[in-house]
Amino acid sequence: MNRKYGISSGILVVLIVILGLSAGCKGGKKAAQKDVTVDMPKDNTEILQDIKQAEKIFNALPSPLESAMLIKSAGAMFEDNLLNPVSNVNTYVTNKSMALNLGIYTCDLSIASMYEQTQLLIDYMNAAKKMADGLGILKAIEQADIDKLEENINNGEVIMDIVSQTFMNSNSYLEDNGQPATAAMVLVGGWIEGLYISTQLVDMKEFNGNKLVGRIIDQKLSIDILLDLLNSSKGNPAVDELMVQVAKLKAVFDKIKIDTTPIRPEYDQASNTTILKSEIKTDMTPPVFMELASTVMEIRNSFVK
Amino acid sequence: MRLLKTIPVLAFVLFAYSGSVDAQCKAFAKKECLPELGGYTHDGNYHAAVLVEGEEAELYKTFYSDMEYRIAIVGEDKLPSIEFKILDVNKNVLYSNKDKDYAPTWDFKLQSSQQLKVVVKVTSFNKPGDTPASGCVAIMFGFKLKK
Repeated sequence: MNRKYGISSGILVVLIVILGLSAGCKGGKKAAQKDVTVDMPKDNTEILQDIKQAEKIFNALPSPLESAMLIKSAGAMFEDNLLNPVSNVNTYVTNKSMALNLGIYTCDLSIASMYEQTQLLIDYMNAAKKMADGLGILKAIEQADIDKLEENINNGEVIMDIVSQTFMNSNSYLEDNGQPATAAMVLVGGWIEGLYISTQLVDMKEFNGNKLVGRIIDQKLSIDILLDLLNSSKGNPAVDELMVQVAKLKAVFDKIKIDTTPIRPEYDQASNTTILKSEIKTDMTPPVFMELASTVMEIRNSFVK
Repeated sequence: MRLLKTIPVLAFVLFAYSGSVDAQCKAFAKKECLPELGGYTHDGNYHAAVLVEGEEAELYKTFYSDMEYRIAIVGEDKLPSIEFKILDVNKNVLYSNKDKDYAPTWDFKLQSSQQLKVVVKVTSFNKPGDTPASGCVAIMFGFKLKK
């Protein structure tokens, strides 16, 4: 009887330890936040304070599909020579390069879909599939998805659904299978690709009042989110390397000033939509833009080489 | 000896259970949250977690001017109402679904791009002594495509 009791207690202890470890893993994002060392701008200090206190934290970068939408809605023209050639696909063999280029190819295929470049879309979907397969992401992009794309090549709505679903599949697979560092690298790859393509599409002769320049300035608002995202996987050598590169980019973004007036929410009954009204003032000069474009190009080239 | 045999089995079962909970959350997000986006295109990002009564989650995201967004936040049926608030960087509350009978979606657009904070809280059934309910909560964003 005593022996039985002893084993039960042992099992209980083991259960508690394992559950404790499991809870620690689940709350990893929170625990890792305590190690934030990258300098944050003063106006984000309070946000960082909140991050340390919250139970569960999500840092959401613009998805590749959203980045592609931002480029298109700024009126930029499509240039396929800016995309990472699909012929590079076999050169990516490490976990880091496959993760970054899964993000990059997903961004490229999102852009191809926004600009209705049907053949390119299928080529890039295949390239992204190869990266996802290489990372062991099961069922992220299946042959059935590619077949469905081909069958619905003129149906923009179905195409967008497939593109967003494939991204969600890879993202969620990595998060759910204890690979947040790889998931973060995929997001970084996609975000940098969107920024690279945007900066390359700016016509310096039409710099002032250029909507695309405005979209690039907006990315300053995401640089701390990006650093927080990477910081939660700090200690992973690939992530640590990326943090150094992103810190360089942040140093350039810090030269841009963004001033916004307080936000006034106004409800529009007719459309059942709230409009968040505020005015913004920014001051990016052409030399700072050139420095930003060059830093982004350097980082992106290191990803695709 | 039996204990030594039991530990790895238990560890495996718990690890597998943890993975299966995450997979269930993903399935829940796809089945229950995604349809709430309606005519908005899902951006592809996935945010879901198991939360307990009274627990909070936060999400930081940049939203862009001239884009039309819908946020959808849905919890499993076994959970009490899910409250969510949208705050600016100065912690001003711009929207709370508590004023809208805990509506799971909110449509909005911005005059200028902003980083916003989404605070999600599982309310409480207020039944002291009962085991607190826990379940998946999913957060998704959609935007309207522009021609």
